[in-house]
Amino acid sequence: MPLFMIALMAAPALIMTFSTGGSKTIYVIDETKNMASLLKNDEETKFVEINMPLDSALKSEELNTVLFLPANLMTGGSNVTLFSDEASSMKVESLIRSQLNNIIENERLTKYDIQNLDKILEEVHSDVTIQSFRTDREDSAGSSTVLSYALGMLLTFLLYMCLLLYGQMVMTSIIEEKNNRVLEIVVSSVKPTHLMTGKICGIGLVALTQIVIWGILIAVMSAFVLPLLIPEAVSGEMASLNAGQLDPATASVDVDMLKAMSLMSDVSYIISLFGMLILFLIGGFMLYAAIYAAIGSAVDNIQDAGQLQSFVIFPIIIGIIFGMAAANDPNSSVAFILSFIPFTAPMVMMARIPSAIPSWEIWVSLAILYLSFFGMIWVAAKIYRVGIFMYGKKPNIKDLIRWARYK
Amino acid sequence: MDILNVENVTKSYTGHTALDDVTLSVPEGTVYGLLGPNGAGKTTLIRIINHITAPDSGRVLFDGHPLTAKDVVNIGYLPEERGLYKKMKVGDQAIFFARLKGLSKADATRELKNWFEKFGISSWWNKKVEELSKGMAQKVQFIITVLHRPKLLIFDEPFSGFDPINANLLKDEILNLKNEGSTVIFSTHNMGSVEEICSNITLIDNGKNILTGEVDALRRQYSEGRYDIIFEGDPQALKEGLSELVAFGELSNQPRGRSKQEIILHPGASISKVIDAANRSVSLKGFNESIASMNDIFIRTVSK
Repeated sequence: MPLFMIALMAAPALIMTFSTGGSKTIYVIDETKNMASLLKNDEETKFVEINMPLDSALKSEELNTVLFLPANLMTGGSNVTLFSDEASSMKVESLIRSQLNNIIENERLTKYDIQNLDKILEEVHSDVTIQSFRTDREDSAGSSTVLSYALGMLLTFLLYMCLLLYGQMVMTSIIEEKNNRVLEIVVSSVKPTHLMTGKICGIGLVALTQIVIWGILIAVMSAFVLPLLIPEAVSGEMASLNAGQLDPATASVDVDMLKAMSLMSDVSYIISLFGMLILFLIGGFMLYAAIYAAIGSAVDNIQDAGQLQSFVIFPIIIGIIFGMAAANDPNSSVAFILSFIPFTAPMVMMARIPSAIPSWEIWVSLAILYLSFFGMIWVAAKIYRVGIFMYGKKPNIKDLIRWARYK
Repeated sequence: MDILNVENVTKSYTGHTALDDVTLSVPEGTVYGLLGPNGAGKTTLIRIINHITAPDSGRVLFDGHPLTAKDVVNIGYLPEERGLYKKMKVGDQAIFFARLKGLSKADATRELKNWFEKFGISSWWNKKVEELSKGMAQKVQFIITVLHRPKLLIFDEPFSGFDPINANLLKDEILNLKNEGSTVIFSTHNMGSVEEICSNITLIDNGKNILTGEVDALRRQYSEGRYDIIFEGDPQALKEGLSELVAFGELSNQPRGRSKQEIILHPGASISKVIDAANRSVSLKGFNESIASMNDIFIRTVSK
């Protein structure tokens, strides 16, 4: 599983590398008479100018991708048309668009007849890379926005999966006990409330063990395996980046990428992130497992649980949706508010933590989460106590509330 | 000495009262029958005794002190609706339940081996529960219930699902446990087995204790004035001859063309007069005191 996750992290890069599927020929019908020759071929795309009317070109079987440049393109008409016998890819479209824009802009600039134009353009040209430093934190190591986003998404998703997976495990296990009537025997030795909390804690520990194993494996990989995989030149640049001496202009690799790699191979960072993940996982799991336990105790079989389950799944889904949004914009007010609502806090917080939000937010959010899970377990225990002896009737949410009120 | 005293216990759920001011005492070393029609409140009472639910009012004394959670290690409970973890091995499961009742792993294993040998099921130790038939699983459950040698055993319909041979085996074991000093509370609808093994009973109907006492005394009490007349002749003639003296119960056919008429003496009527009158109407072949069965007592008390 940890291997799978590493693979998942590397997947986008790999896909980018392998998706260059052969070259493509685009036939150009050029009514402007001079633009087609200016289109540049690259590894994947080849432009070939043809002289025939559009109609006959379209009828031809061999010409499967035809680009039509109208005569008035230069003077303002901009309806360039691409005919293709397959869905045109975004990549091709953007390539054509940028090339044509360049050509047209160049042509227009030339018309002004400015002296030393090339030189001026050279001087004007700028390529800024942003190297952001937090001023409110002691370690001024560069934080990477791309990495924060990717990690935020990953952690949120991980948490979401754990909550659903292990929460449902609690529910099905309680339903099973109730269904095959082993429960009657168990509760004659153990108090129902203890049985429920024991079950939640037990399955929680299973989840924790699994996460810790993943964490250790990933930490080991970032400590030993990743440095081996990074080329020496790049790791040298990483070292100078961390020392604050790197000149972005001379770097062979994108600076943001460098930062991401240097953070990923920073073991203490990974460990602290996993620490947070575990704290939020425990809180979130206990909260949701308690609800799942109450539902499991109330129904006779898994089919009856469907409707009641929506009371758990709905907030989890809200959490993952806003968690994803929070990974994108960690300081939005929605993300801020949802960080303090216990049902969404674990996922939204995990999305925000890699972006180095103020630590008081983390602790307040955790405090609220932990308080509410104790409350929820207390309520769930009351429902559980009554629910496990109720057979036959499919209960609804009103029944659960009524049971919770029994003394 | 009573091992268990239930004092004025009341328990109600929304809409209905499951137990209404129930009081009963279970003497130590007896087999105590807890009877009642379906839905009378027996299971609720058993759950209260097991400390699974708490009464709304009233109290339960176990061995002279108020029942606490610690007492469950001295109670063994075989519920009517019972099951085991299907995926677990028989031996592991039995050890698990024994340890829930406070036995050490070594003690539990040793005791279990003895019981498994006694029941001839040692070969099941490593089988999964789902491989066992219902009756086989019931045997395992019985062993789990009695393994920790509790002072008080509660069996709810223990014989359901057993063939007569295994039911007898179980009955002998229950009586053995009683002889070794355990007290047994026995809840069943099978009145025949109540007569066989219970010394005291309590009958609960609609959440109330409507009859309580020793089985023999109750049966005598309910037999007062009840006789069976065995005769040859016309049952109608017998009824006419006795109509002044007795009320009539069931009429049934007996072997060799005889009939049996149950009668209940009117107050003041003497047996000799009844015999005289009967002799004049039919050919009298027998006249016995009728011993009320628990079945009769149950039907008569509950339908009142």
